[in-house]
Amino acid sequence: MPLLEVANLRAYFHTRNGIVRAVDGVSFSVEKGETLGIVGESGSGKSVTCYSLMGLIPKPPGRIESGTARFDGADLLTMGETELNQIRGKRIAMIFQDPMTSLNPYLRIEEQLIEPLLIHEKMPRAEAVKRAIRALEEVGVPDAARRIRSHPHEFSGGMRQRVMIAMALITQPDLLIADEPTTALDVTVQAQILDLIARLQRERGMAVIWISHDLGVVASFCQRVLVMYAGRVVESGRVEDIFARPLHPYNRALQRSIPALQGKGAELYTIPGLPPDVSKPLPACAFADRCEFAQPECRTDEVVLKEVEPGHASACVRVQRGELKL
Amino acid sequence: MTPFLELRDVKTHFPVEHGLVFRKRVGTVRAVDGVSLALRQGEILGLVGESGCGKSTLGRTILQLLPASEGTVVLGGRSLTALRGAELRSARADFQMIFQDPYASLNPRMTVFDTLAEAIRAHHAVPAGELPARVAALMEKVGLAPRYQRKYPHEFSGGQRQRIAIARALAVEPKLIVADEPVSALDVSIQAQIINLLAKLSREMGLTLVFISHDLSVVRHIADRIAVMYLGKIIELGPAAAVFDHPLHPYTQALVSAVPVPDPAREKLRQRVVLAGDPPSPLNPPSGCAFHPRCRFAVEACKATGPALEEISPGRDVACLRARELQAGS
Repeated sequence: MPLLEVANLRAYFHTRNGIVRAVDGVSFSVEKGETLGIVGESGSGKSVTCYSLMGLIPKPPGRIESGTARFDGADLLTMGETELNQIRGKRIAMIFQDPMTSLNPYLRIEEQLIEPLLIHEKMPRAEAVKRAIRALEEVGVPDAARRIRSHPHEFSGGMRQRVMIAMALITQPDLLIADEPTTALDVTVQAQILDLIARLQRERGMAVIWISHDLGVVASFCQRVLVMYAGRVVESGRVEDIFARPLHPYNRALQRSIPALQGKGAELYTIPGLPPDVSKPLPACAFADRCEFAQPECRTDEVVLKEVEPGHASACVRVQRGELKL
Repeated sequence: MTPFLELRDVKTHFPVEHGLVFRKRVGTVRAVDGVSLALRQGEILGLVGESGCGKSTLGRTILQLLPASEGTVVLGGRSLTALRGAELRSARADFQMIFQDPYASLNPRMTVFDTLAEAIRAHHAVPAGELPARVAALMEKVGLAPRYQRKYPHEFSGGQRQRIAIARALAVEPKLIVADEPVSALDVSIQAQIINLLAKLSREMGLTLVFISHDLSVVRHIADRIAVMYLGKIIELGPAAAVFDHPLHPYTQALVSAVPVPDPAREKLRQRVVLAGDPPSPLNPPSGCAFHPRCRFAVEACKATGPALEEISPGRDVACLRARELQAGS
């Protein structure tokens, strides 16, 4: 049994300007100890997917319209707040892009680090502080016993992100959800953080969901990848297959448009048009308007994510029918 | 060949002051600390480095948006650092800037037409009757349909807004553009459009472009040469592909190896040089070579002597005491 199994998740936002179908029928699973990458551009629904699992989307206007998310057998989407609180912050932890907005600027790091231990493990304060200092040392904060008395603004961006990671991992979670935690950091600091998470993951057998728009980070860090577009998964598979043999025109176009994979100075491929507005009615395949291979039936035929090669699924009807070799 | 843009030992220092009434100078941030560079006309220079290395400050100093504390900036034979007041204002038609955030750099209350017309008129007397045609031509040049000229910035996407910002910079027919992280705020698929556009404009109009970015793969793609900055100084300078593929300075090596490559097969084989710690503070830089506390090749001499940028093979400049020795050994 997978650690987390999400089926047919739909999260809509009911706004004055219409219904925003942010997540529109997403299914995936995460095995124990596995690293799953979710890639997509802004507005593709990658973050909302994970926020929904954690009960973190504002309701209203947000609403979970359908779906299940079984974590160790129990459905996160239907369980009560008390039950969810037993899991959230303890067995599933989350880290965010901007550590400054997720740390309380008024509180010393110490107070923020020991809070989950006091709440979830009912640990005596003195012991919790000791454990917190050890957690800071593990993520490479030098002089942890003294630095734990500092406030967040006294740390650099990279150090703050380390504090966030220490906080997320202090309860030894089974699953870590990371929402672009390195996007705001310099590449050298990003490399340090990636190394750190990979090491902790090896040591503890923790599963990770890594949300990113950076294909480079995903390629170097994840084992399996979901590619999202307009609230749906359009391709999923092992990371090697996603990059070596794209099975969806959107994934292929994305890879052709990044400079790192193209010859120097070559004209970069550009995807025509704009990312779709998910509050408007979309064609059956949301990418059809921008796809160079689209045919009339792409706008009408029902689109389902189907396995095309072993462990490698695509939501492109033309690829599924074997008409299209990308 | 006389260079088109030349920086001679440019320094931009900021005083750090304490006290409310009796302000006392307690230190100096050496944001740019002795940069010399020469660009030919039409060249694209990529300026890279981590946050706080001084790359944006250098960009602004070139454009006289920040006064240089020392040194000179010469553009087309004329010293910009010597210009004052009205002279400087009229010279500004020659050089323009493109900023990172097209949401912040456009006036939300002005239509595209107003924004571009204002820029055109700022430096050239153009009869009002000619303006619509000029605006339309500018919009076409950056790939925007002229029929959108009555729209406001909020009606455009991020990529389109960046096109408007580029059109505004081009309105005065500049010879030099400094673009500070022009694609960092954009989605991957939109980044490609803007990179293609800037490359095309530079090629077609002979524009000299200083492209500031923290994204090395973008810079490698668009730039002719790359300058790598660390703590206010250029520590490596050379042809873009060469610097990226065979970096000579230990810092550049670490920087390049930290960039994740979107190719799982190559990623598995790669040796990463992970730097320890954060960049040091420019308020209190280390002695000698500023990189020595984080450098895996540092020797005793590196603590004492700050190396100068030196050409160690044709077209490759490096500021490292051990550069020749390390190059021979690799």
